[in-house]
Amino acid sequence: MYRGQSGHWSWLLHRITGLGVLLFLLVHIVDITLIGFGPKVYNDSIAIFSLPFVRVVSLALIASVLYHAFNGVRIIIVDFWPVGYKYQRALFYTALALSIICFIPMAFFVMAPVFGFCPQGLCDSTGQI
Amino acid sequence: MATTLPERPATRPVGPRPRPGPESTRWETFSWWFFRVSGVALIFLAIIHLVIMHVTTDVSGTGYDFVAGRYANPFWRLYDLLLLTLALFHGLNGLRIILDDYISQRGVRLAVQSLLFLVAITFWLLGTITIVTFRPGVNIASALLGLLGR
Repeated sequence: MYRGQSGHWSWLLHRITGLGVLLFLLVHIVDITLIGFGPKVYNDSIAIFSLPFVRVVSLALIASVLYHAFNGVRIIIVDFWPVGYKYQRALFYTALALSIICFIPMAFFVMAPVFGFCPQGLCDSTGQI
Repeated sequence: MATTLPERPATRPVGPRPRPGPESTRWETFSWWFFRVSGVALIFLAIIHLVIMHVTTDVSGTGYDFVAGRYANPFWRLYDLLLLTLALFHGLNGLRIILDDYISQRGVRLAVQSLLFLVAITFWLLGTITIVTFRPGVNIASALLGLLGR
């Protein structure tokens, strides 16, 4: 009665998004270390993040962080609210919905420069900064 | 209705050895609380970090000068240090939990957990040194490597 139910999916997604964010974190710690080598090395490495393909990868990171955060709140609610377990399925769909609602505007800002639109005033998607 | 219970076998039943339990319950309780407390803090720390680096500023504008401007204020160094510490230990502790689900041999578990501990310390030191020692215009890493080369 567990396999394929919302509890199974929320658990699996929590693991996969957690592992993905951890993998990015380890890479990110190494790439910020490059700032110790001065502006040239750091700016060249950071420019990679502005490439269209890497922006799409950033979307996966943002989606993972949002889902992991909202599903984490769901886990805490089920843990501490005595009748929380009764609403775990509704809470799972709430977490999914909140993740999507927060993801859409963030994805807009991340992808806009690829289409030549700069909502923040200054942007680049060629990796030439 | 009286039924006789089968006698409990004197030796362990045949079959796979039961997986070892957590080494220390007190440690696992701490781990459980740490997940929840650091998790709540990380919701704010990580999402605000994402918004600053990808929404209010485009990622192409987060170069050396941008970092120099932020790190002139010690608040952001502390912010990043807290984010680094909580995220790294929350994540690697999560990886430990996942690996424990698939590794049942005590010796292998110990080896893997020792490796995770080493990874945690290495990456934490790397990140902390970067955040604490950053000074605009000073190539700390080059200077350190230069010292080693001498």
